[in-house]
Amino acid sequence: MLSIKNLHVKMANKHILQGLDLNVQPGEVHAIMGPNGSGKSTTGHVLAGREGYEVSSGEVSFKGKDLLQLDTEERAREGLFLAFQYPVEIPGVSNVEFMKAAVDAVRAHRDQPALDSMSFLKKAREYCTAVNLDQNFLKRGVNEGFSGGEKKRNEIMQMMLLEPSLCILDETDSGLDIDALQIVAEGVNRLRSPDRSFVVITHYQRLLNFIEPDVVHVLCGGKIVKSGDKSLALELEERGYAWLEDEVA
Amino acid sequence: MSEFVTQATAFKPRSAVTQLQTFREQALNQWLDSHLPNRKTEAWRYLSLRALTGDNYFRTPAETPLEDKRALLTLSNIPGLDCYTVVMFNGSFEPALSSLPDSASGLQVSAFSDLSADVLSPYLNSAFNHQAHPFSHLNACHFADGLFVKAAKNAVIDKPLHLVNLVSKQPEKFNVSPRVLVIAQSGSQVSVIEHYISDEAEQSCFVNGISEYCVEEGAQANLYRLDMLQESAIQISGVHAALAKNASLNSFFLSLGSRLQRCDISVNFRGAGAQANLQGVYLPRNDQQVDYHTCIEHCVPHCTSNEVFRGIVSDNAKAVFNGRIHIHRDAQKTLAQLSNKNLLTSNKAEVDTKPELEIYADDVQCAHGATVAQLDETALHYLTTRGVSREEATVMLSFGFINELIEKIQLAEIGSYLRPVLAKRFASKHDLARHLL
Repeated sequence: MLSIKNLHVKMANKHILQGLDLNVQPGEVHAIMGPNGSGKSTTGHVLAGREGYEVSSGEVSFKGKDLLQLDTEERAREGLFLAFQYPVEIPGVSNVEFMKAAVDAVRAHRDQPALDSMSFLKKAREYCTAVNLDQNFLKRGVNEGFSGGEKKRNEIMQMMLLEPSLCILDETDSGLDIDALQIVAEGVNRLRSPDRSFVVITHYQRLLNFIEPDVVHVLCGGKIVKSGDKSLALELEERGYAWLEDEVA
Repeated sequence: MSEFVTQATAFKPRSAVTQLQTFREQALNQWLDSHLPNRKTEAWRYLSLRALTGDNYFRTPAETPLEDKRALLTLSNIPGLDCYTVVMFNGSFEPALSSLPDSASGLQVSAFSDLSADVLSPYLNSAFNHQAHPFSHLNACHFADGLFVKAAKNAVIDKPLHLVNLVSKQPEKFNVSPRVLVIAQSGSQVSVIEHYISDEAEQSCFVNGISEYCVEEGAQANLYRLDMLQESAIQISGVHAALAKNASLNSFFLSLGSRLQRCDISVNFRGAGAQANLQGVYLPRNDQQVDYHTCIEHCVPHCTSNEVFRGIVSDNAKAVFNGRIHIHRDAQKTLAQLSNKNLLTSNKAEVDTKPELEIYADDVQCAHGATVAQLDETALHYLTTRGVSREEATVMLSFGFINELIEKIQLAEIGSYLRPVLAKRFASKHDLARHLL
């Protein structure tokens, strides 16, 4: 699904990723944890194609394609989805217009028949209900005036509509209360399937109680310093990151 | 420009309005005394009047067969809108194409030519300081007829009045000088849609209009002003309102832009407790120019004004926005807000925006802001991460920028009518706007 080899990324001459390696097989859930500033969010942004990052070396292959050669929208159409840590507010553009445009683009790229407005709306409403978002949110401006939790649930709703093959969740749990966390996790779990993979970026082990990872990685200083099963997350929760930093040093 | 002045002065349109002889003579003298603005005139310095020179616009348009008029009229149709309609075609009132209110409605719509000078004179040039507007003198000299609209005391008019000003292509250049007088008598409520529209053919008109709104005590006037002439037209207009005690004005202005388009708007607070909302959208493209000069005269205490204008300027186009708020010494407890945001979508597009505050009272709240920016890269990126092409995302964001104001239009039918017009405006290919329609 996703293969990152020795990825080095700079931003404004600051080295952020310094030899990141990651292999995600279809159907797997990988969690990436790590202290502040270790490069977690950068990883998500670079994969999604945000401008301003300079890839100085390394390779990223996504479903056999050279991901770094694709435009942002091509990555999305190929099936990559990034749930933003800070979803963007776009007043004046309604959620439903935006998502119809996105779903149409994605389906056309995947040679799937276009959804007519009715079937699209039906799906959109169904997924709103699934993440406990009132249907009025479809008519409102994209994320406009949404609370932090509503924005995160809106991301998951979008993810469900776009049916991606690789979902990257960038601190989707931050700012969520326990109930919202559970709703988001249920949305994610509902999407889990043998041909869909997840990369869950988080600070807290708590989310991983709900979304059970196959592999847990610790990102530190721009590369993965330790990987393990879900028990690693529990260990981190107990001991923090300092012991790992010492171990690496 | 001296040639223009000579041509304008010499022009004597066919007019049925004979009872306003004195008014016309005064206007002619004022026109001759006034100086045509040039680049040294502060209120006109960012706008080129060159389009007015070279050709003589001062001709009366030729007659158009009724069937052709009827066909062109479909352009002005606002789907689903239940309204009274008054049609002016190339400046002439067309009773046969209009559907006027009956007397029971409380709304009177008359041609100036059917009214005596005694009825008209108290109102003409009463809503604004006409001395400051040289083109208003010209309008007063040239209007062939005018429209007198009056909502009777305490009447809540059941349907909006759709005032269609249609211009058509003519072999020769010509002038149209629409004159509109709207009186909302005390306690009444009335909505007027002033709709200037032409077909897609290259236009040869110079439209020089003046509209006055006299909103009397406790009355409410809603104005939707849609300037949608084809881009080769020239349009200079004044929209002026006088608000008495506790009166209110809600207004929306749209300009699609033209070769030369200037709109002077003034709101003159004459009684305490009145309020005015002004919202506007302008979208010049190609080589068009749009110039909005707004002026809010807070002459009396306890009045509120809220003004929001947004523009998107593309290609080689140019927009000017000047928002003046004048708070007089006695106008204590005034609340005045002004915001003007602009989006430039090309390196050659230009915006000159200037809030102009003059405040002589010490107990007022006055806020203003003006911005000029390009599309937000973060928002563009967000849309593309969902698979939307950058081209389509650009169209969506541009549309969204003005749609925030369109969504606030109270008459839903106008919003629905404008949406596709505006969405297509931003899309070079129709396909790019399809998700907005």
